[in-house]
Amino acid sequence: MSVVTVKRMEAPPFREREALRYAGCAEAREEILEELGEALVEVRDRLDYRVCYCELPLTVRDDRCEMGELAVASAHLAKALSGCERVLLFGATIGVEIDRLIAKYGRLAPAKGLLLQAVGAERIEALCDAFCKEYEKENDDSLGARFSAGYGDCPLETQRDIVRVLDCQKRIGLFLNESLLLSPSKSVTAFVGIKENL
Amino acid sequence: MNFRDYLKNHVVYLDGGMGTLLQARGLRAGEQPERWNLLHPEVIADLQRQYYDAGSNVVCSNTFGANSLKFERDELEKIVCAAMENARSARDASAGTQEKFVALDIGPTGRLLRPLGDLDFEEAVAVFAETVRLGVKYGAELIVIETMNDSYETKAALLAAKENSDLPVIVTNAYGADGKLMTGATPEAMVAMLEGMGADALGANCSLGPKQLRGVAKELLRCASIPVVLKPNAGLPRAEGDRTVFDVDAKEFSEEVAALIAEGVRVAGGCCGTTPAYIRALVERTKDVALLPLVDKGRTCISSYTHAVTFGDDPILIGERINPTGKKRFKQALLENDMNYILAEGVRQEERGVQVLDVNVGLPEIDEIRLLTQSVCELQAVLDLPLQIDTANVEAMEEALRRYNGKALVNSVNGKEESMRAIFPLVKKYGGAVIALTLDEQGIPSTAEGRVEIAKKILRVAESYGIAKKDLIFDPLAMTVSADTDAAKVTLEALRRIRWELGCHTSLGVSNVSFGLPARDAVNATFFAMALANGLSAAIMNPYSADMMKTYYAYRALSDLDENCSDYMQAAESFVQTATATEVIAKSAQSFATELQYAIGKGLSDKASALTAELLETTEPLEIVNREIIPALNAVGEGFEKKTVYLPQLLMSAEAAKSAFERIKLFLAESDRSEKTGDAVVIATVKGDIHDIGKNIVKLLLENYGFFVIDLGKDVPPETIVQEVIQRKAPLVGLSALMTTTVPAMEETIRQLRKAAPWCKILVGGAVLTRDYAQRIGADGYAKDAMEAVRCAQALTQF
Repeated sequence: MSVVTVKRMEAPPFREREALRYAGCAEAREEILEELGEALVEVRDRLDYRVCYCELPLTVRDDRCEMGELAVASAHLAKALSGCERVLLFGATIGVEIDRLIAKYGRLAPAKGLLLQAVGAERIEALCDAFCKEYEKENDDSLGARFSAGYGDCPLETQRDIVRVLDCQKRIGLFLNESLLLSPSKSVTAFVGIKENL
Repeated sequence: MNFRDYLKNHVVYLDGGMGTLLQARGLRAGEQPERWNLLHPEVIADLQRQYYDAGSNVVCSNTFGANSLKFERDELEKIVCAAMENARSARDASAGTQEKFVALDIGPTGRLLRPLGDLDFEEAVAVFAETVRLGVKYGAELIVIETMNDSYETKAALLAAKENSDLPVIVTNAYGADGKLMTGATPEAMVAMLEGMGADALGANCSLGPKQLRGVAKELLRCASIPVVLKPNAGLPRAEGDRTVFDVDAKEFSEEVAALIAEGVRVAGGCCGTTPAYIRALVERTKDVALLPLVDKGRTCISSYTHAVTFGDDPILIGERINPTGKKRFKQALLENDMNYILAEGVRQEERGVQVLDVNVGLPEIDEIRLLTQSVCELQAVLDLPLQIDTANVEAMEEALRRYNGKALVNSVNGKEESMRAIFPLVKKYGGAVIALTLDEQGIPSTAEGRVEIAKKILRVAESYGIAKKDLIFDPLAMTVSADTDAAKVTLEALRRIRWELGCHTSLGVSNVSFGLPARDAVNATFFAMALANGLSAAIMNPYSADMMKTYYAYRALSDLDENCSDYMQAAESFVQTATATEVIAKSAQSFATELQYAIGKGLSDKASALTAELLETTEPLEIVNREIIPALNAVGEGFEKKTVYLPQLLMSAEAAKSAFERIKLFLAESDRSEKTGDAVVIATVKGDIHDIGKNIVKLLLENYGFFVIDLGKDVPPETIVQEVIQRKAPLVGLSALMTTTVPAMEETIRQLRKAAPWCKILVGGAVLTRDYAQRIGADGYAKDAMEAVRCAQALTQF
């Protein structure tokens, strides 16, 4: 059985330009930056950056990726993981608090709701990036691109298996809804190919 | 001996971990451990026997995940039956001579409850109820609810246990390294809720080792009046090859847990990574520890899903503004089911500094049971203050208390037999602190003595229902001083005697005292100060009254309740700030025709509101809308379409326009003029989808352009949408879906609408939709963004 590890991360550096892009702004404008800054301040201390992950052995047969207790039929995933013998599977979340704030402002002050949404999208992406970077450093591996259930021909139903294998509910408070959405909403699960550093 | 009796006079030892032991015996990854009750009963019984042999008084059945979300009904029954049988045979086989009990183990459902997730509260109750009924049927002697990381799910499980059995119930939660549950509750909040609902013991299990859980355990011991349970992991896990190992061994574990037993923990065991050896070491180490007496902490406490509010010397402010009495605009909002209006009122009061919100939505012409429950749930989705549920409708009270996430303040009971008979059973069942009014069948006594006597009677009757003094907060009733000049004196005397002679907490609806007098704020604030000095614990009051807030902060500073007077000084900054509604805005070079148009264009909500109020003194509402607001909105909307204005700017402007409209609505409501409402549009995010920011944006813009929008929220079943459309005869529906997985729900909604409401036009939008796809699923219109939704809605509603 694969061993799942839980990690709590420090807040990764904030990438303002990314957040602006998620908010639908092609360029920075003073009044938007001001509002964005306020949204960030309000949410910053309420985020909890958590990841759970495990390494799985990989065998690819006819576009079917067999990874220990997990098997996924997807040509796109097989391609993304090609050349790798091991896969890093992880679930990441920044917690439920931001969902509460998005729900609050989404109804009472939608501009702020939108910006919080953008901050959340930037934060979870930044968490995934920071986690992968740290993993590479700690294990002296290099990682391929992240690949999530629902990309290309990889069925979204794969989420069920991922969440089960990682036991995300218990470990980091990451849940799957009936319609295969993740809760908290600012969460990601992904496969990453591990390339051996020669 | 039965478990409850044993718990009174003993330290109770629970069992330890099961998962790692089962893996060592061959449980494969992804295999359901509960099935092993049927497949390998001898293995389960053997492991459980080892725990009894090690000294466990209670062994939990192997039913952590045995629920109807994971297993079919028939298999579930077989599993629970076999699991109870295995635990019993383990007990029979054990050589241990201690008292031994068999517990039904209940873990989380694995789903997150609404509003954060998609599992309905009542559905969760039903899932737990089924397992509880099976446990009872197959001989459980107590129920252990464990590893819950959400307060709402914990409530659902405990409620199911209480409604379907008379068995003792132990409840333990999984606290994180921050000392809170995953969804935010503190140990103090959990104690308030679980004690209120009648758990027999409560505590912490899993997630961390005994050292890291020490703080949580101490906090539970500080707050709880019932036995505290501790069931930590064997420290923190780490990967060692293909195994998970834990960093605390049996010796260290038993030392750490024993230390906490010496400090008052009454029920102890182990969770992940612990084995019979850990339990044996713990039992051995604590066999001579003297049992600390269980002390009733006497705390008067209510809670939300994050924190508790405790009554004491520091006065509690209960915001009274969510109440339609005397507020025409509020009544209108209730009649229109305008939840956002209610939520905004809640958030504003929170910003003014109240610690509790009173919620009263009673109007003769509405379905109060539905609306009160809806208000409670929606308020709890956006703010974390404990609520005071305020209704005379007993059914509405029950439904709201049932759904409430935490321990609510109940408003109210009084000395009438009928009232106590209706309210006390609800308080007993769902938990709650209750406001008790000192009146009875004979009315309100004119003397302090009479009111104190009623308080005594209420205390006696409450006790007969098992409701402790600490859960009663007496309101000696502020009467109008202009009608009877010694009214305030009588109230204050009754207040003082109840507080200091009966030792109960008190509350007053302060502003009643000034009815019929001019400059009421001055009278209210002075009376408030006098009441505080006489022992008032809480006030139901208007937090927008500057005089009341000044009194509150000054009282705290003068009573040594405000360290360094820092709260007072911070609040004082707002005392000197005068509302400068007429502040002049320098017009920018961007050629806005008027100041209001500028304010809207720049997204300045407060300014837009103030300027509209000024304009209303001289200008007809319709003229303001047509000459000011609409042109400003149009300019911004065109900018957005030309991509010179970005979405956040569009929204800021829309919000500013909304605040201008709100002023106009208030003006019309106050002057009893009916507003011309536009066409009704029903909008919703479809079933299964919980993303609603896009829908909220569309709603805001549609409202700005004069549509009367009925927002059904997110994750809305097709039937609900159809029903609303028929009821409102709505000419237009807007549907939103973000995910490919929820587009079928949109398609189904359209199908049902076509059949049941053929007149209704359907507009769709959302991240995954395209114009083509919208057409294919039978929509009349598709909008790629909020501005297009407005244009499209206008086109579709012009017949």
